[in-house]
Amino acid sequence: MTDILLSVRNLRVVFPHRHGDLVPIDDISFDVKKGEIIGFVGESGAGKSMTGAAIMGLIDDPGMIESGEIWLGDVRIDQLDAKRLIKIRGKRISMIFQDPLTSLNPLKTIGDQLVETILTHLPVNADQAKRKALIGLEEVGIDPGRFNAYPHEFSGGMRQRVVIALALAAEPELIIADEPTTALDVSVQAQVLELLKKLCRERNASVMLITHDMGVIAETTDRVAVLYAGRLVEIGNTASLLSSPRHPYTRGLIASTPSVEHGDISTHLYQIDGSMPRLDALPTGCSFHPRCQDALPRCRLRQPEVINKSVACFLYE
Amino acid sequence: MSKDKSLINRFYKSDFFYDFKKSPVTIVSFVVVLVLILLAVFADLIAPTDPFDAKSLNLLNGFTAPMEPNAFTGETFTLGTDDQGRDLLSAIIFGLRVSLFVGLTAVILAMVLGVSLGLLAGYRGGWVDSVIMRAADIQVTFPSILIAMLIFGIARGLLPPDLRDELAITVLIIAIGLSEWVPFARTVRGTTMVEKEKEYVKAARLIGLSGRQIMVRHILPNVLSPVLVIATITLALAIIAEATLSFLGVGAPPTEPSLGTLIRIGQDFLFSGEWWILLFPAATLLALALSVNLLGDWLRDTLNPRLK
Amino acid sequence: MSKREFISIDRLSQRFDLSDPWIARVISRRPKQFLDAVDNVSFNIEKGKTYALVGESGSGKSTIALTAVGLLRPTGGSVLIDGHNLYDRTQSQLEHRRIRRRLQMVFQSPYASLNPRWRVGNILAEPLRVFSLADSQSAERRRVHELLEQVGLSISDAHRFPHEFSGGQRQRISIARALASRPEFIVCDEPTSALDVSVQAQVLNLLKRLQNDLGLTYLFITHDLAVVRVMAHRIGVLKSGRLIEEESTESLIESPQSEYTKMLIRSAPRIGRATTGTSFP
Repeated sequence: MTDILLSVRNLRVVFPHRHGDLVPIDDISFDVKKGEIIGFVGESGAGKSMTGAAIMGLIDDPGMIESGEIWLGDVRIDQLDAKRLIKIRGKRISMIFQDPLTSLNPLKTIGDQLVETILTHLPVNADQAKRKALIGLEEVGIDPGRFNAYPHEFSGGMRQRVVIALALAAEPELIIADEPTTALDVSVQAQVLELLKKLCRERNASVMLITHDMGVIAETTDRVAVLYAGRLVEIGNTASLLSSPRHPYTRGLIASTPSVEHGDISTHLYQIDGSMPRLDALPTGCSFHPRCQDALPRCRLRQPEVINKSVACFLYE
Repeated sequence: MSKDKSLINRFYKSDFFYDFKKSPVTIVSFVVVLVLILLAVFADLIAPTDPFDAKSLNLLNGFTAPMEPNAFTGETFTLGTDDQGRDLLSAIIFGLRVSLFVGLTAVILAMVLGVSLGLLAGYRGGWVDSVIMRAADIQVTFPSILIAMLIFGIARGLLPPDLRDELAITVLIIAIGLSEWVPFARTVRGTTMVEKEKEYVKAARLIGLSGRQIMVRHILPNVLSPVLVIATITLALAIIAEATLSFLGVGAPPTEPSLGTLIRIGQDFLFSGEWWILLFPAATLLALALSVNLLGDWLRDTLNPRLK
Repeated sequence: MSKREFISIDRLSQRFDLSDPWIARVISRRPKQFLDAVDNVSFNIEKGKTYALVGESGSGKSTIALTAVGLLRPTGGSVLIDGHNLYDRTQSQLEHRRIRRRLQMVFQSPYASLNPRWRVGNILAEPLRVFSLADSQSAERRRVHELLEQVGLSISDAHRFPHEFSGGQRQRISIARALASRPEFIVCDEPTSALDVSVQAQVLNLLKRLQNDLGLTYLFITHDLAVVRVMAHRIGVLKSGRLIEEESTESLIESPQSEYTKMLIRSAPRIGRATTGTSFP
């Protein structure tokens, strides 16, 4: 299949710990197609950010990829040495973080940072790089006249636009956006998401959008993967997954999200009781079974596999 | 009873104990400090002779080398004797007691002072903060040993001559304590400023607790772990400061010799061949100060989650 | 003022002095600089109802929350609770205590709002001791257990420390502490914005149930219009310290008047708007 850009196969990330290993990502497989926006949704600690970090080769010590494969096109990137990984990171994959200040150098002007990124990754001379940088700023809606401004001179939303320009500068094939709008106001969030979506479509770049917000998923992504306690529980086309979710957790997640469109003071929100287990106290079998209303006896004993590349639940076996 | 048991159990399983077990240097330092403390506490039982009992001293025993029988009396001393014929081992054990006592009480004094002032400066802010922290700034521009000498000198000048020797140790403690409060105050002030913005402090203000109640009940427990680290490191400094002062002759009096006093005495005989009178007290001081310092370093690394 | 107006925020202003120190001002001849974080804001809350203040960061909503609960003296205007002025300097200590007992707050961060060195039982018992609400140790313990059950925790949780709980459970503890002094008015400052969605629903439902059971009055501070829709009777929209629109929940969301409110509603992400018929097979 040639339209697959990134392929993750049976990824398992382990943090060795003296009371037993912690497994923040357990046997996750998925594909990212060329040019698509795929969302990763789940609660904090579900493993969504860790998935992004694993692909970027940025897992903190002592964590490690214990098994599984990550393929970018026909290159296997999970076993690359640091030198070759750095080449891929930034050139073919780039990342956008929640806090724009972590990805911007406070001591350099935004223009210099853009030019530097372009010169590092693209075969152009200084003049061409500067021209590209100016176009890049214009595209994200920043006045090119502010080429020589420093990051602190921008508001949060504007800074995130700079980060997007920076992430796109090297013309990457994949962008991993980890909660890119969580720190922003709603009105700014909408603009930033719209921008990200438009620019990636134009370049036919793929996006992995990591978020906890079902609304953001609905408005931005083509496909969505739902994670729970380090496992993929459901994956599919966004529209159909949201309109007819199958996994009990996905169903609960959608039902418990309040909507600005309906409901009033008398509405009792649907709630999933309990909370996601901690990694050091995972239940046996399906991690969701203690909170699941439809749990079967075998849910307690065995972990369900992802069936037909769509849902990991015994109800659909 | 069962509660105690579970507490011990929890300690054995804790990260704290685990880190401790993994660091051989720390274990050695801990054992050294423990042995020295036990020696100091049970000095009366452990020391072979009472070095302060003038009647038991025999001048003929003077300058006996370690492990060699004395030429006149035939007595043998493990670590030799000094010019007065005093058993050096006993003198060191009792000197250790004085050094540790002065060091510990001085640190407690510095800690109480520094923590209170730091809490006050951090919580109240404004001019209270300015006054306290400027005082600290001024104090650190002088070496703390100089401050201690200054305080010591003033106190000696004010005290009537017959009380001087009696109160020398107390004055020493106050002098060292007053010169070491600044690191406590600075750290506690910083932590307090962070903690007081947290919402649990707002919740406490909401039910009408006074500033003092909030500082003592809510903020104090949250600033104690850095204080413990500083206290350990300051203990090493205080012990050295005491030794320095005593070495300079302005510290513990000859009637109550500390390790520093013994080193001063030994210094006179270094070049006449009686090396042991200087070496053994100095080695004890080195072992004590180094071990305490190493323990402090380890505590800092263990209690600071950012370094993990 | 009609009898039913339980909480009355009257022409409230909060002006912060951002000037440089005096010396620096004199040398560089700069005037004093002020920030009007809250500018002449007035609204009332009926007893037993929820009033939501909605706004983006910097709108002044958290400043109003702190002022309404007695933690920040306003530079102008007043806060009346059941007719008593919260910032009246003339009232006695006893009167002041009596008013304080009637108001409480639930904070945003489930991590910073509980003292990490205190056991949950002590955290809940503290308001009881301060206001002398339990005359014996056993009465105190009974009340703590009652509070824990009221927010859906178990009695044995009293002996545990905050770090042993999840974010949602901590927020329950925070709510239980707010309930301890049997207050009538609770300010909720973004109580669920740090929580995951599935847990947010639990906490919102709990707050609603408590309002029904105990007749509580809420001032609910949030940036999330979807949450407001199911929580509030009335909504005020704040922008740069000013109240720009105020209406009952339904009419505000269904037919907003100001452009700003319209924009806020438009930008709220919603699940129903999923990209239908995507270009990807």
